[in-house]
Amino acid sequence: MKYTVDENGFYGRFGGAYIPEMLYPNVEELRLNYLKIMQEPDFQEELQSLLKDYVGRPTPLYFAKRLSEKYNTNIYLKREDLNHTGAHKINNTVGQVLVAKRLGKKRIIAETGAGQHGVATATVCALMGLECIVYMGEVDIERQAPNVARMKMLGATVVPATSGSKTLKDATNEAIRDWINNPEDTYYIIGSVVGPHPYPDMVARFQAVISEEIKAQLKEKTGSENPDFVVACVGGGSNAAGAFYHYLDTLDVKLVAVEAAGLGVDSGESAATSVLGREGIIHGSRTLLMQTEDGQVTEPYSISAGLDYPGVGPLHAHLHQSGRAIFESITDDEALQAVLELTRLEGIIPALESAHALAVLGRIGAKPNETIVVNLSGRGDKDLTTYLDRFELHGK
Amino acid sequence: MENRIKTLFEQKPQGLLSVYFTAGYPNLEDTVPIILELEKNGVDLIEIGMPFSDPLADGPTIQQSSTIALRNGMTIPKLFEQLKYIRKYTQIPLVLMGYLNPVMQYGVERFCQEASEIGIDGIILPDLPLSDYVREYKSLFEQHNLSKIFLISPQTTEQRIREIDSHTNGFIYMVSSASVTGGTNGNALANTDYFQRVRHMELQNPGIIGFGIHNRATFTEACNHASGAIIGSAFIKALAREGSLQQNIQTFIQSIKQEA
Repeated sequence: MKYTVDENGFYGRFGGAYIPEMLYPNVEELRLNYLKIMQEPDFQEELQSLLKDYVGRPTPLYFAKRLSEKYNTNIYLKREDLNHTGAHKINNTVGQVLVAKRLGKKRIIAETGAGQHGVATATVCALMGLECIVYMGEVDIERQAPNVARMKMLGATVVPATSGSKTLKDATNEAIRDWINNPEDTYYIIGSVVGPHPYPDMVARFQAVISEEIKAQLKEKTGSENPDFVVACVGGGSNAAGAFYHYLDTLDVKLVAVEAAGLGVDSGESAATSVLGREGIIHGSRTLLMQTEDGQVTEPYSISAGLDYPGVGPLHAHLHQSGRAIFESITDDEALQAVLELTRLEGIIPALESAHALAVLGRIGAKPNETIVVNLSGRGDKDLTTYLDRFELHGK
Repeated sequence: MENRIKTLFEQKPQGLLSVYFTAGYPNLEDTVPIILELEKNGVDLIEIGMPFSDPLADGPTIQQSSTIALRNGMTIPKLFEQLKYIRKYTQIPLVLMGYLNPVMQYGVERFCQEASEIGIDGIILPDLPLSDYVREYKSLFEQHNLSKIFLISPQTTEQRIREIDSHTNGFIYMVSSASVTGGTNGNALANTDYFQRVRHMELQNPGIIGFGIHNRATFTEACNHASGAIIGSAFIKALAREGSLQQNIQTFIQSIKQEA
């Protein structure tokens, strides 16, 4: 079975480019050029140099000794939280901003949920001297205030999305409308493996550096480049796509995708798309989608702004349907427990999103001689207010 | 089989007025009264919007009318039930406009069949790509005598416009300028090069201009460049005014059609 994108932009039956004609010229321009641009030697040289000296790659693969002891197995953390700006998102924005420059675009737009992609976009725009507009749901602006402040500091304009659930889905709608309104000079940096083809493939390729490094680092540490499990959280799914990418065809490596169950999968307040969704169209892609019987998109819920999305990238829909990846879901409370556990056992405060991946460690049944790599996609600085509230640490 | 859209353009090749409204707005049961009142006031073609939760190509006015319509309980089955006997009352060409996902969930084949039975003449699904349409659905639409209407924009290349023209048989929906529905960056009709370029292509299908047409001046100007024009957001705003539905429709359409 083929897990990467086919020549028509599909992953199995998922993917494609279901977009209004007004977006067609821009998306088509990108489709015809992205692979060519990404293969150019000067592009690769600029990208690799920025990833190394600006982003801080390679990120460490850290053997988490105390966590491993607790779960009686071997746990490695891929430290994407140590990237510049604090998450994996910048792997993609560095790549896409270089694509945008080569396409001659002057104005950059982006959507953001937790604000990590917005910050990563604002950062590379500051670096390149490009105008930057970030759409962010009104609810997310409130719950991720530190990232809003960072974007403003970086010179970006943060525009609140006030429709629907006022979260990531609605921010994405607004970014797409902006692109329709500005078809000539604007480039849309999508932050996840979602949207019309070629975005899911392009973003996965830029994030694939994660699994490329895991392979080399694990080989050095254990003698084998293949772990038994790779675990990553999935909202749209970009960090998981990057962590899985070079293992997709290595069937011995079990891929574990962790979605946000919110208050519980059956509670009506959840973002576990693989359980609650069925095939549909969102943001230009045919994928699994949480929707009503009539095909109206339903409003997801998760404590984590980065996982609060009613769809999932088409690659992940395909991995789910084909059985290549195991899908788990983790509630708000379980994720919060995992935050505290990692913080107190290893001295690392993870982002709420990444904590969902950590929370399945006790569940996947790894044996003492097996190896798990967890993609620690981001750090928890942006979530400190939530943590202090939930752990009742104020004033202590 | 006769198609009312084709007949309309043969009988009235110039100055066509097409009006869009969102089914279920302002009230759930307004669909048929709005259609009949529009016809009474001399509108030539009607686009019935099927509301969607995430209307990507629409500006704030239609986003809001869609949200209210959904809250009122509008669905595809409900709309089809309302329209079931519409052809007893009017022969005005009717086009359904909406997004792909609700139609996909309803089942495209069942949707086409039931729309055709009601007497719908055309379908606009802005997010159904031409290539998918041609590959999967074209024969289905043709079998049910439904025109599939496609949008073009000032950025659409000549080659692609010709490709679209070859696969459709109603009219071409010319998006006036780079914009979502309703709002535009300045004058919606400033890009006269685009209108001339399309006219000189001598396409087999007539074109009508939409997006940003909101009063008599913009309507008249658009009619100078194409076979007619479509008014959506401005009409929806008019429906929200004080007064009866009939009154609001009459006042608005007269303001478009008659000189002040």
